Amino acid sequence: MSSPTAVNPNVDIETALAHMAEGLTPLGPRRPAMVGIHTGGVWVARRLHKLLDLEDPLGSLDISFYRDDFTRIGVNPQVKASNLPIDIENRHVILVDDVLHTGRTIRAALNEIFDYGRPASVTLAVLIERSGRELPIEAQVVGAHMKLNKNQHVKLVGPEPLALAVQETGG
Amino acid sequence: MTGNLQFDAQGRLRHFLTIDGLSRETILEIFTIAESFISVGEREIKKVPLARGKTVVNLFFESSTRTRTTFEIAAKRLSADVINLNVGASSAAKGETLLDTVRNLEAMHTDLFVVRHNQAGAAYLIAAHVPPHVHIINAGDGAHAHPTQAVLDAFTIRRHKGGFENLKVAIVGDILYSRVARSLIRVLDILGVPEVRVIAPRTLLPTAVETLGVRSYTDMGEGLDDADVIVMLRLQRERMRGALIPSEQEYFNLYGLTPGKLECAKPDAIVMHPGPMNRGLEIDSAVADGPQSVILPQVTNGIAVRMAIMALVLGGREPAEGGRPA
Repeated sequence: MSSPTAVNPNVDIETALAHMAEGLTPLGPRRPAMVGIHTGGVWVARRLHKLLDLEDPLGSLDISFYRDDFTRIGVNPQVKASNLPIDIENRHVILVDDVLHTGRTIRAALNEIFDYGRPASVTLAVLIERSGRELPIEAQVVGAHMKLNKNQHVKLVGPEPLALAVQETGG
Repeated sequence: MTGNLQFDAQGRLRHFLTIDGLSRETILEIFTIAESFISVGEREIKKVPLARGKTVVNLFFESSTRTRTTFEIAAKRLSADVINLNVGASSAAKGETLLDTVRNLEAMHTDLFVVRHNQAGAAYLIAAHVPPHVHIINAGDGAHAHPTQAVLDAFTIRRHKGGFENLKVAIVGDILYSRVARSLIRVLDILGVPEVRVIAPRTLLPTAVETLGVRSYTDMGEGLDDADVIVMLRLQRERMRGALIPSEQEYFNLYGLTPGKLECAKPDAIVMHPGPMNRGLEIDSAVADGPQSVILPQVTNGIAVRMAIMALVLGGREPAEGGRPA
């Protein structure tokens, strides 16, 4: 593996967040419950939660115990506790993540959400939708799209200020 | 007997046999994972799919209700399949050797054995003879070690005291026969507790106990003075040979934790006991059920800590490709 090279992602985060908020506004009358995925998804969710002025407190999920690669790489030693301060039973849930890539994180998050209750619906909102899906999962609300090669990785850094970093690995 | 057996070539935990050789970092990692499992235990659905499809055998050569039950619940909350075997009552009685019992269970594709035995070193012996994909957790071997209990006790101390830096911890009672005491003294040392005391009658103190880095006391009032944490041990009458205590009443008068003796400690001191308690022998009911007792939280914490240890030893060993993908 050669040393990673930084690539300018050329995405304005504020514009992307505003775009997401606009896409989520029609859900307003259904009193949606917002849940962010650790760590980047929680940062994005915090901003959206404020922009949309949601009344219920924000929830956070750490999907470490639901990952599909435990038998390969083990448990994440930096796992944080999931915290869903609201009862999601029968609620319209907005699930927020920073980057939608393979779809595996979202698969794990959906499984975890259903261990808390049966939501009326789940809407997926992501800051960055990138290429590389390995599961049939798509986001309903997207801040920005990025076409990246397999060896390119986009990462959200934050929480203040939020910034995107694209790295290229050799191979 | 060394603890090296519990690590693989990369230094990662493969078995959990003893506190010896564990780093502070590994213990704190167990705490972090256990904290997350605490919140899982508070949910409506208390299970995570981490160990789905794994088979856990609770191999108990010595009777135990609490430890076996908490290991069983821990494994079930990780979605593993659990079999409880009380071997004392079956194969051993028919003359099968320890390793033959294990080999038979291994042939049934067991992934993890939780072993309790009345002989020190039993878990090591098994760990030395299983293939690499089989894991062993020591749930108490004779008077030698009870490492998961020690970690859960330390975890309970951290949850109630916030840290370990300025603590005075007093361990009271049957130090001589207590595997809990041995493992706990080790773990508190690794975590940097500045002062650990043991309080017991001379007959229940191991010779040269000070070499473990503790101060020993035979008087409760002196030993409990200004303590932040009091760990009461069960008087293990079943392990005692000969008359080590004068009489139960006299033991209670001298070493039983009563509200009066508790006043020697700090006003916010916590009282712990690994269970099962002998009420009226080592602890007074007024203390066991009182506001300073964290004996029941210890049980709850024990499940989370055992889940974390199981998850650590059962987890895969490959390095993640390019970090953890989104």
